[in-house]
Amino acid sequence: MDLTLLKRRGPNEWHIPPRGKMRVPGVIYATEGLIRDMDEKVYEQVTNVATLPGIVQASYAMPDAHWGYGFPIGGVAAFDPDVGGVVSAGGVGFDISCGVRALRTGLTVPDLQTVKEQLAEALFHRIPAGVGSTGKVHLDRHEMEAMLAGGARWAVGKGYGTHEDLEFIEEHGCMDGAKPDCVSDFAKKRQQDEMGTLGSGNHYLEVQQVVQVFDAEVATIFGFREGDIVVSIHCGSRGLGHQIGTEFLKRMAVSAARYHIDLPDRELASAPINSEVGQDYLGAMRAAINCALANRQIVTHLVRQTFADLLPQATLSLLYDVSHNTCKVEEHVLNGTPTRLFVHRKGATRAFGPGHPDIPPALRAVGQPVLIGGTMGTASYVLVGTEESMSLAFGSACHGAGRSMSRHQALRQWHGRDVVKELETRGILIRSPSMRGVAEEAPGAYKDVNEVVDAADDANLARKVARLEPLICVKG
Amino acid sequence: MHPLRPETLQGSWEHFPHGADIGIRGIGPTKEAAFEGAALALTAVLTDPAAVIPSQEVLLTCHAPDDELLLVDWLNALVYEMATRRMLFGRFEVHIDGHSLQAAAWGEPVEVSRHRPAVEVKGATYTELSVKQDEQGRWIAQCIVDV
Repeated sequence: MDLTLLKRRGPNEWHIPPRGKMRVPGVIYATEGLIRDMDEKVYEQVTNVATLPGIVQASYAMPDAHWGYGFPIGGVAAFDPDVGGVVSAGGVGFDISCGVRALRTGLTVPDLQTVKEQLAEALFHRIPAGVGSTGKVHLDRHEMEAMLAGGARWAVGKGYGTHEDLEFIEEHGCMDGAKPDCVSDFAKKRQQDEMGTLGSGNHYLEVQQVVQVFDAEVATIFGFREGDIVVSIHCGSRGLGHQIGTEFLKRMAVSAARYHIDLPDRELASAPINSEVGQDYLGAMRAAINCALANRQIVTHLVRQTFADLLPQATLSLLYDVSHNTCKVEEHVLNGTPTRLFVHRKGATRAFGPGHPDIPPALRAVGQPVLIGGTMGTASYVLVGTEESMSLAFGSACHGAGRSMSRHQALRQWHGRDVVKELETRGILIRSPSMRGVAEEAPGAYKDVNEVVDAADDANLARKVARLEPLICVKG
Repeated sequence: MHPLRPETLQGSWEHFPHGADIGIRGIGPTKEAAFEGAALALTAVLTDPAAVIPSQEVLLTCHAPDDELLLVDWLNALVYEMATRRMLFGRFEVHIDGHSLQAAAWGEPVEVSRHRPAVEVKGATYTELSVKQDEQGRWIAQCIVDV
């Protein structure tokens, strides 16, 4: 990105002053190096979002921002319904409520040594992953409605996990305001055999070791220390969310003119929050959030079964579950006044600071866990929300490493088998139904996750707690 | 099986880069051929279209207010059929009348060990979306698909 387009306001804070139809400034949080490597399209997309009706404060991009569709991936924007604010299907994306959950295991690295290979195979066989895979749970019409209304709470009621899990999931595992009636029969049909599946692309299941703790006090409250084994699951609302995104994108693109919304890019398809289309979308999108929460809950159950078979001494307890593609109603202080806003996070993680009432009581004193998924060859991070983040970007932080290279380029540069072999020599076991998929997801196709996380930490969006490195990675 | 369109009227396809996802492009002497090419490019995101045996026929119909939305609808109709039938498609025949599209797609159920599908497509997006004729009169139909 051309630095002359930006005004630097701090070591990791860059502003785009409002011009043309922009209603608010753009703000990008990143190091100079990350900014230089960012696609010009991120600049264009941040400024386009700033033109949407009812946007408040600024159009934000996180340190992992990259060229998305409509919004940048790593984009955050909040809208006030009382001043004509919109909700955007493009601002949430196709993979509604895609997110990461992390589980403690009670194990340390030596516990894994003799069964690592077996565990990799067992996880790969038990958790459906990749194109065309189906889960063992088939939902009839009645169960589909119950799942869409109940989320992870529904899943726990069906025997997938424990009530204690719900405490450590955003929204306590069940998103209020879901309207299963607003979800089309097409979307429901697409989901009926996909519960408890990982999907493909950048989704994964990893067994990781905690290699470095940066904040021992917070790590103790989060319940882990160096050498511990953690399981991370990255997946979303599967076909149901994709179909809802597809259908509402069209409905909003077609209806935008009727609502006098001037879209600089059709992908920003939006509707007023206080409109029939807007309300229908919110009802369907919240049902998709429940689908994603239920999906991760079922995958968790399958992981627990697998560990119980091979490592019966393991106790898998939920550290936290975050969604990074959502629009949620939150109260934020705007010009000194608490205001109810619709906060879109597209490839960005909620990162509420200490004391926030939405954080589970056991963690509230230190802040919300922020789970950052890295690549299969580098590292993931656990961060914690900060007080400052609440005013910097509505309590938001990055969500991953962020791609630096297209899938197209990655395929020309790497062969999947070579990637798997190279990682095996470093003690990382990769299991995937598709070697091409592995090549597209090669660690080198991503930004340096360490630099992204350091930028988020330096900008006070969230504070580093621990670095996790993969031992086993199941890719879809 | 339905006869193939004459070779001179068939479309070709290619992929183009996007930061996180994949751009698909169909190119052909007619709008229909470009839409068929875009569908082949869609399949090629998952697997080699030539490796898909066109043994089962699926019929599709789409309507949209303009050519660009029609392309997205067409691709998303295929994404839906691939997801719910768990099939891959390797041959297409498209007829467009105004902003209505009728098509046949031929393919087979996904066989993971043979097709080795790389990634599933979540949906066709409006990013880099265009349906137009270039200076040589060729039709180009393209967009980014989210994977």
